[in-house]
Amino acid sequence: MAGQTDMELIKNGVRLDGRKPDEIREVKIVAGVLDNADGSCYLEWGNNKIYAGVFGPMECHPRHKQKADRAIVQARYTMAPFSVNDRKRPGLDRRSSEISYIVSQAFEKVVMVEEFPKASIRVDMQVVEAHAGTRCAAMTAASVALADAGIPMRDMIPACASGKVNDVVVVDLNKEEDNYGQADLPLAIIPSTGEVVLLQLDGHLTPDEFEEAMDLATSGCMDLYDKMRAALENRYGGKK
Amino acid sequence: MSNDHVSNLMKGHMESLAAEGKRADGRGINEFREVKIETGMINTAEGSAMVHLGKTKVLCGIKMLIGTPYGDSPKSGTMTTTTELAPLADQSFDPGPPRERSIELARVVDRGIRESRMIDFEALCIEEGERVWMVYIDLHILDNDGNLFDCCTLAAAAALSNAKIPNVQHGVADEDVDLPVTCWPISCTFGKLGDSVILDATSDEEGVMSARFTVAHDENGNLRAAQKGMNGAFTDAEIREAVKTARANDNVLREALKGIQ
Repeated sequence: MAGQTDMELIKNGVRLDGRKPDEIREVKIVAGVLDNADGSCYLEWGNNKIYAGVFGPMECHPRHKQKADRAIVQARYTMAPFSVNDRKRPGLDRRSSEISYIVSQAFEKVVMVEEFPKASIRVDMQVVEAHAGTRCAAMTAASVALADAGIPMRDMIPACASGKVNDVVVVDLNKEEDNYGQADLPLAIIPSTGEVVLLQLDGHLTPDEFEEAMDLATSGCMDLYDKMRAALENRYGGKK
Repeated sequence: MSNDHVSNLMKGHMESLAAEGKRADGRGINEFREVKIETGMINTAEGSAMVHLGKTKVLCGIKMLIGTPYGDSPKSGTMTTTTELAPLADQSFDPGPPRERSIELARVVDRGIRESRMIDFEALCIEEGERVWMVYIDLHILDNDGNLFDCCTLAAAAALSNAKIPNVQHGVADEDVDLPVTCWPISCTFGKLGDSVILDATSDEEGVMSARFTVAHDENGNLRAAQKGMNGAFTDAEIREAVKTARANDNVLREALKGIQ
């Protein structure tokens, strides 16, 4: 977060890309796009493009990571070298490792891990084009892929960020807002219970702004949740 | 059940089919699967392409940066090829740093593109001995159903063919221009299945075949690169025959590549 900036990111309540503060970018979700994975999802969110694939439940490798009484979720978030303007070096860096770790833990809350002792459920998220908000987009795609794989879950987890630009609290930051904004708050919730499974914050928010940011991110998550369900209904045919 | 077990159960069946000139999926032994190429889907890349070869899917992105040339070729740009066997493509792909399998794949694709002189490296020189364009070919395998070698080479060629040199972003010139491409290498990969040789093997076939042979030709029918892999062997006659077959059968991929230009 660069903090204060001269850049005018929001003018008369309209953001650079024409959105209102409480509006998320356009989202397209397709379930079941890969043949080899047990479940998969392709998601476009604004200009973000992400593939997610799920394998499992299967034997956990390495063995020392096995849990005697439950499965573990091994999530892996990676960005393609060509997904950003300056080529990113391939492989796991510290940022990707951290995201992979917190996403794994978030999913262990909703996946019925107690049904599969000693097993592993592998969740792979490939960002092929990145324009801010990829961890939320990747998590959302991963949720749909898990459902597509038929993994028993208590619920899916939509994720959406909110933040602050030019002292206005907005939802779903775009690239410029992410670079020059004042705060970024990615949030993932379990819609059926309202529980928070992932929350990060960097930047500066007053207590009131924090409340507002939580409200906006939560409603963003609920918007996404409808789209996630629609994607699954599209693939499998749901109640009309 | 892992793919290895399925393949071993199928081994006898697939070998006897191949001996009769047939395949488990109904193809002839020297027939490619259906190929589909899409280009330009990644806006952050200088060039991009997605290639579907049957169920195998590979996404290729080209990035170009400015760097210093190698001391022995001060007037030439450079190129680097990487392949990411993304874990979502196949249960047997492990997360982690590249292993031999992915390094061999990247190097075979690299050689096909480099040795064919597909890219005019001298045209990538900005300032002799000081600044040249470095071309990065990054291949992401999204779905593995065999024959990654040909699919990756095709994806790399397709992505290069729609790449633009990012002159504006790097302040080199006022306009982005097409990456100069001089020829079109196409690779054909064969597998030894029992006593037969098959073209464009699927994952199941790769699981039971004993040897692999890749050969890349340019559009004039001249050989540009080749590689034999895996722990089996081909006879001299099989290799010579495969090279001829490649020349006769690579037009399917060549037409698909022409279709996007």
